Amino acid sequence: MSASAVVFYILSFFILGTGLLAVTSRKIFRSAIWLLFSLTGIAGLYFWLQMEFIAAVQIVVYVGGIVVLIIFSIFLTQQSGKDLPAPVRKRAIFSGSVVCAGFVLTCLLLRYPFRPLGHPVAGAGLENMGATASVGNIGAQMLSTSEYGYVLPFEVISILLLAAMIGCIVIAIKIKPEDK
Amino acid sequence: MSQVPLSHILIVSTALFFIGMYGLFTRRNMITMLMSVELLLNSVNINFVAFNKYLYPDKLEGVFFTLFIIAIAAAEAAVTIAIIINLYRNFHSIDVEATGEMKF
Repeated sequence: MSASAVVFYILSFFILGTGLLAVTSRKIFRSAIWLLFSLTGIAGLYFWLQMEFIAAVQIVVYVGGIVVLIIFSIFLTQQSGKDLPAPVRKRAIFSGSVVCAGFVLTCLLLRYPFRPLGHPVAGAGLENMGATASVGNIGAQMLSTSEYGYVLPFEVISILLLAAMIGCIVIAIKIKPEDK
Repeated sequence: MSQVPLSHILIVSTALFFIGMYGLFTRRNMITMLMSVELLLNSVNINFVAFNKYLYPDKLEGVFFTLFIIAIAAAEAAVTIAIIINLYRNFHSIDVEATGEMKF
């Protein structure tokens, strides 16, 4: 087993272990911190796949944005020292068995040999990916208006982010009692 | 990284998906449910990137789907937290079973 395979298996156990702790921990703040570790491990997995730009986006948006937002809302709404109530035993057993069954079924499906459609790329090594997934190529294709360009989804998602921002302000705004 | 077959990465993302599913089923606090949803979205992102990397190494479609999913997840988290704060202001609890009415 080569060194990169060892790195992959260590990263996978890290991601899955911290993810499991994030959904089972009884203290909500610890749960958020375990989620942060899990998301950082996923960023490490993207680095391992040589997708440096996605790893950077993952760290900036998830670790720097979403987890910080979650921690803010924990401090605003919870007594973070208190334990969360334990899940109902019947529900925990039921959902655990359903989840295990789903996992086994999906793993049976994964024996299907995945192959690319159409003709294989000549000399399709995993090594020449580094040039393709560079930030320059990603930016050029994202803003290109020709075929296979992603400028329309890019604009749509900017409208979506604006709508989400206005919606957040409208939802969370405090209405004074005399205005009601 | 060519020593690791694609199916191992898919098994990792499947396990992460079902871990998030377990959290979504058992937790009844809105913030922890939001964390489970983030785990689900991340497992999907791993799938997109792995398929792009292993099957179509000369294309970028999986990268774009991942980027758009990350952007939508950020918007979704912001809206969810606004809803959580509004809910806490009205019910003094963010347990989904403590909120019996939709209109305030």
